[in-house]
Amino acid sequence: MSVPENLKYTKDHEWALISADLVTVGITDYAVKELGDIVYVELPSVGNTAIKGNPIGTIEAVKTVADIYSPVSGEIVEVNQALTDQAELINQDPYGAGWIAKIKLSNAAETAELLNPVNYQKLIGQ
Amino acid sequence: MHYIPNTSVIEKDLLNAIGVERFEDLLTDIPEDYIKNCRIVLPEPLSELEVWQKLHSLAAKNSAAETMISFLGGGSYDHFIPAAIDFLINRSEFYTAYTPYQPEVSQGTLQAIYEYQSLVCQLLDMDVANASLYDGATALAEAAIMSINATKRNKVLVSPFINANFLKVLQTYLLAREIKIEFLGENNGRTDFGQLSAKLDNSVAALLVQSPNFLGNIEELNGIAARLHANQSLLVISVNPISAAILKTPGELGADIAVSEGQSLGIHQFFGGPYLGILATTRSLIRNLPGRIVGQTVDVDGKRGYVLVLQTREQHIRREKATSNICTNQGLMALAATIYLSLLGKNGLKQVAELCLNNAHYLAGKIESLKHYSLPYQSVPFFNEFVVETPIPAREIINAGLSEHFLVGVDLGEFRPDWGQRLLIAVTEKRTRQEIDDFIKFLIKF
Repeated sequence: MSVPENLKYTKDHEWALISADLVTVGITDYAVKELGDIVYVELPSVGNTAIKGNPIGTIEAVKTVADIYSPVSGEIVEVNQALTDQAELINQDPYGAGWIAKIKLSNAAETAELLNPVNYQKLIGQ
Repeated sequence: MHYIPNTSVIEKDLLNAIGVERFEDLLTDIPEDYIKNCRIVLPEPLSELEVWQKLHSLAAKNSAAETMISFLGGGSYDHFIPAAIDFLINRSEFYTAYTPYQPEVSQGTLQAIYEYQSLVCQLLDMDVANASLYDGATALAEAAIMSINATKRNKVLVSPFINANFLKVLQTYLLAREIKIEFLGENNGRTDFGQLSAKLDNSVAALLVQSPNFLGNIEELNGIAARLHANQSLLVISVNPISAAILKTPGELGADIAVSEGQSLGIHQFFGGPYLGILATTRSLIRNLPGRIVGQTVDVDGKRGYVLVLQTREQHIRREKATSNICTNQGLMALAATIYLSLLGKNGLKQVAELCLNNAHYLAGKIESLKHYSLPYQSVPFFNEFVVETPIPAREIINAGLSEHFLVGVDLGEFRPDWGQRLLIAVTEKRTRQEIDDFIKFLIKF
């Protein structure tokens, strides 16, 4: 199970790539393997406010639905429109082409509460 | 007949196993007064013949539409129902079929629902329909909830001339959700859309409107969809399904969600139900649809088969975030509508609609010429239903009609106190010229 070194993680299996005040969000390789084939993603709307720990969208797999919880608070500034027609990008490349949204941080201190790769690996039992 | 098939021997064994002597010993925790009051005093049993006679004498007190000349409408209409419909839906393969819990085993039921959905889409000119809902009122309420979920807004604008009973159901459904209902004004028996632009802000999820409306009047809906869409709001139209054969369809009017009471499509009026809730929408809102959807696919051998699709919208997967907490449908009534539409076909349905229209306009013209009656919305187009102002309270004319086999119409005074001298009259294809002329002779007496 891939857990890239350059990312931060939530206990709900989202990843966050932090670059100054811009945070790119997706779901982890572990989450993808648990969900199976992803068929649809309900994306947040650009301009909406994300609150840390609250849902910003949903992911539909063949037989289940999971919420996407925001790892940080801030404003949604971009969403991955490619997922509208190609939800499977998340299965194929969860840390790259399968990114979900970009959030402009409103409280930088929150990023310190995210898990580092070592702790996330412990969480998923590896 | 015993409904609990235990013999006295089995009962004794059961009581012994529990360690009590008599059944009553199990009730000792309940105060004696309550038990005494629970005793049901039933009359002595009757023979089959006696039961038959008793039930028939009770049933004979009803004034069924079949024995009356009905001008009743207001959401339920006395249309002709071809005998084939009752024969087919009473076949045991269909009659016992609830929306099945192991649906794919019941390919016949699923195919019937699939055909129903396809017919609804053609009739209303929409992309996708669900497997049906309880009735037109709940379909309207589900459409309101759909629009709230799809737009993530919290207010619906509502026409004041949606069926008054539908509005009660809508208010009940929305009561426990944080959804605001704001009514538009009225103008000569129709919705006043003059106020629409002023009311459109970023909290408005949708406009709910019915056409022909509760008073029978056809709403002016051209251009309404565009005004709503410019505000990212949705248009929900409730229609009479028969009228859709000749009037502009919800699809043509740019509706995002179309709902309808399907009773007119081959379903008896009964005593107000079971009816049929029709709901259809556009492709972009498919994931917000409530209820079940049947799709067509192929099995491993390439043979055609029917399955439930997009189930991730539903409760058993999405739990409290499901698009609706109703997961059943009106399978049998949807089948009746499917058979009705198949039997009539496109042209047959159009003929029914034209007959309704012509009969209603013939009667309206006759009433207009009566000295003591008038049509308050004379200048407004209508389909098969219209309002008449009466010389005496409408209730008195309705009561007088019963003894002459007329179901005169709906007393609008039940809905607004100042409408006590207003009748809502509906005319279907069943009414003959003779019946209508006789009805005029009856009305002229007041």
